[in-house]
Amino acid sequence: MKELSLHLLDVAKNSVTAGAGHVDISLTEDDEGWLTVSIRDDGRGMDPEFLARVTDPFTTTRTTRKVGLGLPLYRLTAEQTGGSLDIQSTVGAGTTVTARFQRRHLDCPPLGDLPGTIALLIQGSPDIEFTYQHATPNGTAELSTAELREVLGEDVSLAEPEVFAWIQDYLTEQEEQAAVSVDPAAMIKGEIS
Amino acid sequence: MKSLEELKAIREKMKRQMEVRDNDENTIRVVVGMATCGIAAGARPVMTAFLDEVERRGLTNVSVSQTGCIGVCRLEPVAEVFVPGEEKVTYVKLRPDMVPAIVEQHLVNHNVVTDYTIGAAE
Repeated sequence: MKELSLHLLDVAKNSVTAGAGHVDISLTEDDEGWLTVSIRDDGRGMDPEFLARVTDPFTTTRTTRKVGLGLPLYRLTAEQTGGSLDIQSTVGAGTTVTARFQRRHLDCPPLGDLPGTIALLIQGSPDIEFTYQHATPNGTAELSTAELREVLGEDVSLAEPEVFAWIQDYLTEQEEQAAVSVDPAAMIKGEIS
Repeated sequence: MKSLEELKAIREKMKRQMEVRDNDENTIRVVVGMATCGIAAGARPVMTAFLDEVERRGLTNVSVSQTGCIGVCRLEPVAEVFVPGEEKVTYVKLRPDMVPAIVEQHLVNHNVVTDYTIGAAE
């Protein structure tokens, strides 16, 4: 995966598969380059035994094949930057996947296209309530599908191409306010331990 | 700035469209594979390109949706096109720049873009 947002798209789809009604996505960046990405759902959850081996590539719920690479790759990406992956889950209550990344680390992929990612997640599961928040020292980008649904009413699906385009443009404007640029020179000097 | 007011305008427009929309039997379906394999190979910009192109052309008889792994990970990004009454067509190794041709030639004019199909790749 070349972007963190692609991981986000991939891992958040697990929440959809788990039958979640609500998915809350938050990205929080601090002054020191640490980024915390949390994906919280109210899906069916995992039992402790499955949870213990869920980042093993040979663990998957799919029946066609015995490999599942989404979470293992996500964990690898977080750990490569000096960060970590934490998964909390309760059967019947839901799952929270929290990853920490050091954005100034050389091995940290760029954030990538967050507006496109969130818009596609919503477009792909128009009946799920999503909340999205990206908070940085510069500002906050946020969106909630409940709010959009209020405006659109029941007749217009969040899967419509026109709505997708609006969400994408709306978030792009918000992300521009919140964006934090990473100084490549600081990375190379290894100023971050 | 983008505002919720614009979303209201979209709602009014869509409501009018829905009154004239073909029934479901005539809907052309485009399904893009968006599992780990698809995403890693570049399915997200392909999916976005389909949605943008359908919106730009105002095609009300086309639905674009996402699915999991279609089963040919080495040929991702993959999209399947279902035209009612015709055989399913599978497009493989897609890039966003290939999408306008598929929309114009296949979805609008019903001519399969043979060069991009799984038959041509295999």
